[in-house]
Amino acid sequence: MLRTVLIGDTQADRVVPPSGFTAQLTLFASGAMAFLAVFALALSLASGRLADRWASELARSATLRITAPEDQVAAQTEVALRILRQTPGVARARALSKQEQATLLAPWFGPGLDLDALPVPQLIEVKEDEQGYDAAGLRLRLSAEVPGAVLDDHTRWRKPLVDAANSLRRLGWISILLIGGAMAAMITLAANAALAANAQVIEVLRLVGAHDSYIAGAFVRRFTLRAFIGAGIGVVLGLAGVLLLPEASDEGGFLTGLGFHGFSWLWPLLIPLLGGAVAFAATGLAARRRLKELS
Amino acid sequence: MIELDDVGYSYGGGELLSHVSVRLAPGSFHFLTGPSGAGKTTLLKLCYGALTPTSGVVRAFDGDLRGLDRGQTALLRRRMGVVHQDCRFLDHLPLADNIALPLIVSGRDMAQESANLKELMGWVGLTARADARPPELSGGERQRAALARAVILSPDVVLADEPTGNVDWEMSMRLLTLLVELNKMGKTVLIASHDLGLIRAAKSQVQARVLRISNRQLQLAGADL
Repeated sequence: MLRTVLIGDTQADRVVPPSGFTAQLTLFASGAMAFLAVFALALSLASGRLADRWASELARSATLRITAPEDQVAAQTEVALRILRQTPGVARARALSKQEQATLLAPWFGPGLDLDALPVPQLIEVKEDEQGYDAAGLRLRLSAEVPGAVLDDHTRWRKPLVDAANSLRRLGWISILLIGGAMAAMITLAANAALAANAQVIEVLRLVGAHDSYIAGAFVRRFTLRAFIGAGIGVVLGLAGVLLLPEASDEGGFLTGLGFHGFSWLWPLLIPLLGGAVAFAATGLAARRRLKELS
Repeated sequence: MIELDDVGYSYGGGELLSHVSVRLAPGSFHFLTGPSGAGKTTLLKLCYGALTPTSGVVRAFDGDLRGLDRGQTALLRRRMGVVHQDCRFLDHLPLADNIALPLIVSGRDMAQESANLKELMGWVGLTARADARPPELSGGERQRAALARAVILSPDVVLADEPTGNVDWEMSMRLLTLLVELNKMGKTVLIASHDLGLIRAAKSQVQARVLRISNRQLQLAGADL
């Protein structure tokens, strides 16, 4: 049957009369669903990128915070750095300068912050190597030798963020599945309406010796092509909508990153094919069920 | 060719046909008569597999119709031309395409078949009406077109359900002549009709056996016909 859909059969297409409103219904439904699918796909891909970025960028870094009386900060920092350099799995460790710490606090306190006037703890940036370090062992040693040190490996807040991004990604894929299901349901309804409207035609075709596959093929071909064309139009409009979204920027945050990058622009091109496949399966099932009811 | 062996058919709790046995030999000509509602159409439908008997066996071309799947039933119908009382055309297609429908659905090359189609349309006198849509046709034209469609695949059997039901006497005779011609070509013909005048007229042209359905059973009609 797939062959007849691709190649077509002019004679078979003529014996089934034009389907009227079901044609417009199928075009509209598949177009609307494809339009929504483009945004769901964009959401899913953007969430995936975000989860990957957070996971990879933050997984191999940690922060050591040294909170100590002012006259002991420098000494404890020195000891902490020595311990870190001796710890297997730590690639590098460096104390942040006052200027860097001021930059980190700028969003809350504004520019030109004088850190000397505030009791701000010293931060040490820790980068781990491929093997990683034993965080529990390091904490134990630090607690013994640097009493004011607190190791924050970001797990506490990184994991919920990555989980949230992954949930968004799953939500995007579930939306795509639901959109596909809704599209199948609508096309099945339209196909059933067309089959019911053409019950007499089908009966005549059966009486003159038409095989079920021939009759079903005429309907399946028609609905598959309509769904494909409708989904194609929906994808074009959806991609135009994505292109019109604001450009991603450092300040833009997550929402401005909603879109496609590089080869991911090719993903939406699969939607018309999937729409056609959904219509092919849905109409085929509806036609076979309907034909079995006839003698 | 077609054989009904002790066939019964019930519908909605009522028995329409009971213990019907008949054999249509190749090249034979039969009339099936009886009052309206006697079961003539039902018996024809049993012959071409549109209905399944509730008891007994229907055989066609030496095969039991009960064992046929849907694909085999479609192939069987290409060997049986059926003329329905209401003709059953596809109104969106021109007459020529309606007559050619069995060729189209069986995947024949229409370019090669065009000469046969023209000849057949000439045989039933509808050449000039090739482009007309079915609703534009008269009752007689519709019946002749239905007959042409039934025989376009050169079937072995022609089953006609009240083919003269909606036409005048002159057209009835014309249709009868066509059916007799088919029989002379070797086709087995079974005509369901309550028109006794037609049956009497046919007996002067062809050796026809007349079967009558009465009280759900099939009998050979007497000499009054």
